[in-house]
Amino acid sequence: MKSLTNRSLQVSNRKMTLMERIYLPAIIGGMFITFKHIFKKKATVKWPDEERSRSEVYRGRHVLKRDEKGAERCTACGLCAVACPAEAITMVSSERKKGEEALYREEKYASVYEINMLRCIFCGLCEEACPKEAIFLTKELMPANYERSNFIYGKDRLVEPTDSRVDVSKRQEPAVVMNKYNDK
Amino acid sequence: MSTLLIIKIVIILVVFGITLLIAMYSTYLERKVAAVMQDRIGPDRAGPWGLLQPLADAGKMFFKEDFIPKQSEKWLFIFGPGIAMFTACMTGAIIPWGGTVTMFGETFNLQIADIDIGILYIMGFVSIGVYGIMIGGWASNNKYSLYGAVRASSQMISYELAMGLAILAVVMTTGSLSLKDIVEAQKGGQWNVFYQPLAFLLFIVCAFAECNRAPFDMAECETELIGGYHTEYSSMKLGFFLFAEYINMFISSAVISVLFFGGYNFPFMYDLGLSANAITFIGVGVFFAKIIFFIFFFMWVRWTLPRFRYDQLMHLGWKSLIPLAILNLMITGGWQIFKDSF
Ligand code: SF4
Ligand code: SF4
Repeated sequence: MKSLTNRSLQVSNRKMTLMERIYLPAIIGGMFITFKHIFKKKATVKWPDEERSRSEVYRGRHVLKRDEKGAERCTACGLCAVACPAEAITMVSSERKKGEEALYREEKYASVYEINMLRCIFCGLCEEACPKEAIFLTKELMPANYERSNFIYGKDRLVEPTDSRVDVSKRQEPAVVMNKYNDK
Repeated sequence: MSTLLIIKIVIILVVFGITLLIAMYSTYLERKVAAVMQDRIGPDRAGPWGLLQPLADAGKMFFKEDFIPKQSEKWLFIFGPGIAMFTACMTGAIIPWGGTVTMFGETFNLQIADIDIGILYIMGFVSIGVYGIMIGGWASNNKYSLYGAVRASSQMISYELAMGLAILAVVMTTGSLSLKDIVEAQKGGQWNVFYQPLAFLLFIVCAFAECNRAPFDMAECETELIGGYHTEYSSMKLGFFLFAEYINMFISSAVISVLFFGGYNFPFMYDLGLSANAITFIGVGVFFAKIIFFIFFFMWVRWTLPRFRYDQLMHLGWKSLIPLAILNLMITGGWQIFKDSF
């Protein structure tokens, strides 16, 4: 019979030869292999002393972006929460008052925005769903913690600080943006 | 006489301490060897190069909850690890750690007791060691533990036979059961392994089986029996079982070195022109180097070979090792008669 792929192997139930039944040649061969591995380069990365390099579009912890003037972009539309397969996102929306234009870009904003990082699977669907380019995943890793409650990230830890802006240009290359809006 | 007594007590304490120390660091070595053979680094956080890891492990063991299952036989459950540990520590008593030393006006052997049935003593204690596992497994009142215990006992009993026959060949060439005599007979590089290679091979295979080490770790086999006889054990009782295994490994390595690799003898030991005491002390160092090599060898094999299937194990024991051992015995006997008649 002709095989479909070139990966199939012919199996046989033939009796082992005497040489194979003694086991010793195979054992010595195997021990030689393991001995060679002692001198091989180690694969261990000693995190956190060393860090392994991550791509620019690594899907790590989230950031809620501000616009160029420093106002929050999120309009609490809830699309990210709907898109989230892990149901990790919750929010409470509020109306922007007079005089808060510098804080919030849209007339409606999220007064509470929480992501449960224990539920999140870092799939990036929230980033894809957001019509306001407000939420992004970043290169940063999620730090470990002793308390479960500390894994619920609120706006205090999600919104990007005005003095240290997070660069997401690598995630927003023209092709990505085009693709996103042609889909809809 | 009293100085000799004090010296013996000191030797006993030192041997006991060294046994525990080496067993302790075997756990460290085991993890390191496993790691480097799998292209990893292994424990390196506790102290320089992770050297304090065994202490950390012991601390962990001590502070774990010591749980005794309600349906177990309480006293036997406690006895099991005790017997395992006790028998493991007892075997070190007759290993000749070094030659004779002249010090404080006394001449003495670096050996706790040179009894003239040395090998029988070791075989005896090793077979009592099975009881630790058997009792522990049975008292747990758990299917997996019982399986582990049954496997361990049948495995050890079958391999003891081949082991005894392999040793017998060595005993025949030396003409003595005392370990001291066996070592003395191998003076100057005349190691038994060159005269009895088959017996060496049989012995080392049986030693693996007796120590419950991979590829013959049927009694524990994590994947099939979730720990076998020590499934129900926790805290320091589990620690005792595991520790006893490492002590057994150390003693096995010592016995292998004594029987087949000349013990504390090393080549050209009398051509260097050193004093008797110096030769003895170098000999002790050489002996420990041999032991550590064999401990490494045990680990090397463990991290190379997969576990045997149980029927393969029994096949190997009864249908290959024992006939080979008998054949070896006949050849040795024939050679002995042939040699004497000329
Ligand atoms: S990355 Fe995925 S799982 Fe995490 S919050 Fe966004 S949509 Fe939900
Ligand atoms: S982050 Fe984006 S998708 Fe989510 S509520 Fe805000 S604007 Fe909507």
